[in-house]
Amino acid sequence: MSRGKEWVQPTERAGMTSITAPDSAGPLTRLLRRKLALFGLILIALVVAGAVLAPWIAPFAPEEQHFDGLTLQGAPLPPGGAYLLGTDLLGRDLFSRLLYGARTSLLIGVVANGLALLIGTLVGITAGYLRGWIGGALMRFTDLMMAFPALLLAICLAAILSPSLWIVAMVIALVNWVQVARVIYTETISLSERDFIAAERTLGAGTGRILFRHILPHLMPTIIVWGTLGISTSVLLEATLSFLGVGVQPPTPSWGNIVFENQTYFQSAPWLVFLPGAAILALALAFNLVGDALRDELDPTQRGRD
Amino acid sequence: MAAYLARRLILSALILLGVSLITFFLLFVLPADPVRQIAGRSATPQTVENIRTQLGLDQPFLVQYTRYLGGLLQGDMGRSYLQKTEVSSLIAARMPATLLLMAGAITCELILGIGMGVAAALMRGRLGDQALMMTSFVTVSAPQFVVSLLMLYVFAVQLNWFPIGGYGTFAHLVLPAVTLGLLGSGWYARMVRSSMIDVLRADYIRTARAKGLPRLRIVLRHAMPNAVLPVIAMIGIDIGMFMGGIVVVESVFGWPGIGQLAWQAIQRIDIPIIMGVTLVSACAIVLGNLLADLIAPLVDPRIKLR
Amino acid sequence: MKRLLASTALMMTLALPATAQDYTPDPNAKSGGTITVTYKDDVATLDPAIGYDWQNWSMIKSLFDSLMDYVPGTTTLRPGLAESYTLSEDGLTYTFALRAGVKFHNGREMTAEDVKYSLDRVTTPATQSPGAGFFASIAGYDQMTDGTATSLDGVKVIDPLTVAITLSRPDATFLHVMALNFSSVVPSEGVDAAAGNFGQMPVGTGAFKLAEWTTGQRVVFEKNADYWRPGVPYLDGVTFEVGQEPIVALLRLQSGEVDVPGDGIPPAKFQEVMADPAQAARVVIGGQLHTGYITLNVTLPPFDKVEVRRAVNMAINKDRIVQLINGRAVPATQPLPPSMPGYTADYPGYPFDVEGAKKLLADAGLPDGFETELYVMNTDPNPRIAQAIQQDLAAIGVKVTLQSLAQANVIEAGGAGTAPMIWSGGMAWIADFPDPSNFYGPILGCAGAVEGGWNWSKYCNADLDAEATKADSMADPAMMADRMAMWSDVYTKVMEDAPWVPVFNELRYSMKSERMGGADALFVDPVSIPVNYDYVFVTK
Repeated sequence: MSRGKEWVQPTERAGMTSITAPDSAGPLTRLLRRKLALFGLILIALVVAGAVLAPWIAPFAPEEQHFDGLTLQGAPLPPGGAYLLGTDLLGRDLFSRLLYGARTSLLIGVVANGLALLIGTLVGITAGYLRGWIGGALMRFTDLMMAFPALLLAICLAAILSPSLWIVAMVIALVNWVQVARVIYTETISLSERDFIAAERTLGAGTGRILFRHILPHLMPTIIVWGTLGISTSVLLEATLSFLGVGVQPPTPSWGNIVFENQTYFQSAPWLVFLPGAAILALALAFNLVGDALRDELDPTQRGRD
Repeated sequence: MAAYLARRLILSALILLGVSLITFFLLFVLPADPVRQIAGRSATPQTVENIRTQLGLDQPFLVQYTRYLGGLLQGDMGRSYLQKTEVSSLIAARMPATLLLMAGAITCELILGIGMGVAAALMRGRLGDQALMMTSFVTVSAPQFVVSLLMLYVFAVQLNWFPIGGYGTFAHLVLPAVTLGLLGSGWYARMVRSSMIDVLRADYIRTARAKGLPRLRIVLRHAMPNAVLPVIAMIGIDIGMFMGGIVVVESVFGWPGIGQLAWQAIQRIDIPIIMGVTLVSACAIVLGNLLADLIAPLVDPRIKLR
Repeated sequence: MKRLLASTALMMTLALPATAQDYTPDPNAKSGGTITVTYKDDVATLDPAIGYDWQNWSMIKSLFDSLMDYVPGTTTLRPGLAESYTLSEDGLTYTFALRAGVKFHNGREMTAEDVKYSLDRVTTPATQSPGAGFFASIAGYDQMTDGTATSLDGVKVIDPLTVAITLSRPDATFLHVMALNFSSVVPSEGVDAAAGNFGQMPVGTGAFKLAEWTTGQRVVFEKNADYWRPGVPYLDGVTFEVGQEPIVALLRLQSGEVDVPGDGIPPAKFQEVMADPAQAARVVIGGQLHTGYITLNVTLPPFDKVEVRRAVNMAINKDRIVQLINGRAVPATQPLPPSMPGYTADYPGYPFDVEGAKKLLADAGLPDGFETELYVMNTDPNPRIAQAIQQDLAAIGVKVTLQSLAQANVIEAGGAGTAPMIWSGGMAWIADFPDPSNFYGPILGCAGAVEGGWNWSKYCNADLDAEATKADSMADPAMMADRMAMWSDVYTKVMEDAPWVPVFNELRYSMKSERMGGADALFVDPVSIPVNYDYVFVTK
């Protein structure tokens, strides 16, 4: 499920310090890295294009149930013919639904992750800089949130609240902010122990100023990396929630709820499951590739390990 | 060390307390009324009220919570609303299945992950390395439910190599364990690869090579044992994660574990079961993390406990 | 003479003479063998006072018996643990003569005390029985519910084999209630020995007893050799395997590992099965006492206008919805399903007429339609059906937003009266017993229209309630035809007010393995769903 978040080295996760040996990466490796990232970027661009241009590209309205979209016995049509990728169990065009589904996945991925970043950064930065009992309390709270079995919590919340796009995004954010907070916390601590911060303090700079003008910019690389990797996790989590029936409301298409609605036919109409599945994979993969490349570029201590 | 352990255990207990409080609260503020589910549709309002009083659900939040805690401390997790069976016996009956699946999955993860990681490190920079790392990206980005359905469809339904879901023999275990193992292996592969690269650069390896020892022997007897040490610490975290996220695989493969139990309970708002499974999972997560934190400094002297 | 005739008229013995339609044993039946039945969900409980889901209903029927029973495969009452009964002149007291020599699974003989114990148990609040309300007509019920009594006043033990039950009002459905699982006779020592876990350790008088229960995996029944009905059950045992997905179950059926997939034929395999003559021959189709319907909340505008409700009725394309579920239902015209006594055979219902619907809306002052919400349970195929309904209503200008939620949330919204429209799928009404009154009280009557009640349309028509009560007090079997006519009238009037849109009546498709034998009706038993385990057998 949420494997994207574990691209962290064990030392980072536990909040422990470690000394990593810098490495001289061959230029060949950097090039290869860029190639993968390029591939990822292209995938993302394709999905975004599909999502944005959906109203023009989609041959049909995604919610329109066609009378000729089902056989007389109620079975969906295979790809080919009038419906490029076939129809689903309500006779709706799959291709159109996939295009509009891209909107849902992207929107939720970005919004949920954005929220998670916001909350995580705020908590991490505050705890890391202020330390003391506020810091301790915040980090203990983070530990608490981390102890929750993530998927169960998400399902529970989604089942309790009346699901809508925003509620789903919020639920995902609530589950994902913890990792961000931990990493930001560790980094803020090490940053705030640096000389230039001490200098600023003696100069009389206020906490807010130090946080926003001095610490935050140094955190940007981490934030960007986590921002990108986190979208992958969010996309996967949204798909899983929709698959379990507690995601976005029908008839809004989401790649996950297309699988959910049509999974009983996975034997006789496998394309209804595997096409949206491939789309989810592609998007999550793309963000992982890009995020990983960004991490390599922006974080020198990590460079060369690959 | 002892002080650290004691501190962590107390912290863990507090965290579990927090988890129980938050979960109980969430379930308390649910808009849906569990008593209606229990009372069934032919119940008169009088019967409904009777049941409510019976179960103590007309009491204020704190009363209900303290009663639950009291029971918990005596090992009583209450009775399922709908089955009237003791939650502890329901969970105990299904735990072996979940533990078995977890063991199988972690075994697969390690075999695949370490195998891929070592191979990639040895082929560093070349096409094999690229391919393996790409594979690890893909497995991390794949949606669990789609891969599960795919494995079921191809290997059980089409090829008939394995039973189509269910529980009981080793053959039943293979598909779900391999699915989970595959999806989790990417993370380990990456870690092992990094670690292996570091180890291969170490002096004692250079010495061994200079002595003219066969490469395979160097890799297997000298490099690998040290390279996989970080993995050991990660298993602890993995255990925790499995407990939380196994719902989908258990659902698709019909595996009678606690994930399936929790999912059914959430749909029917069987609060005692939801509480029980959440607490058990949270326990596993907390203990797994603790284990990982304790082992990590033992295997990597650069890591200090904090 | 007159008096003799009068009392004969009121004495309705149920020792049915050979001319009546009791079950004729199948000449091909042979004893022996076991069968395997699969289910997806684990068995919740086998306690007859508590078990109330369609999965454990038939299992409980095989483990326990009640005073009354049904002829297998039909909805006709016949004697159960009571050999016969007499009804007093005022229609209020039923005196049951119990069979002698009936043994519980633990060896002890059943007596009238056990009957009293069982009825007391199911009406005691501490048992938390969802079926307690069925016994409301027994005298002393109210005192049990509010806790002032620990035993039903109206149930009296006359002698070890006779029990008299006095009602507080005449109740035509009483005999059906005495055939319900909730009235099963249980031994007090069995309940006590189980210490709260009687649901996992059931002891009854039924044709089978519980041999093994491995949570999450299987439940095994074995034949009760001392069963009081001669010759049955034929099978030596039944194994229920749980945790099996319907598709998996069907594949295993096709490979001969499973005898009956308890959850039915999954939609994805349906065509494949029906297209193969060999397999189609083993599919039994039967009606169910089920109706799927949309409830329209008459307290929330604009559904307070009857024209609007009628318009919605006319806008739904029921044939298409039936197509979505692979044709496994018949479109419904009224609340009662066709196999229910009291069904009005020629009632046309509202036709599918989009233009007519639009006109009605215009007449109601809503020519441009309106916006509303449809609540639905979020398990397949219900969201799909809801989306089809959504599209149908869009055609007449009604813009519907879906609320696809967990079952409990939908039930909550329905009970609270906050949901304007609810698609009943997944929670749809299946009759508890084959009597038209079962479809009225909780879901269409005023009593159910209260906060938290199951009458989600909050429809309350005092006149119809009065008519319904009158019909139910006609306990005399000689008045059966009049009673059914009255019920038919009630439901026809309900349709005029249109608080519901009846959409379809699901058909039951049961599939059995080659080796299974028994009349078709046993595999689509309307009461013992899906299969009547007591009467089926295997041929090899």
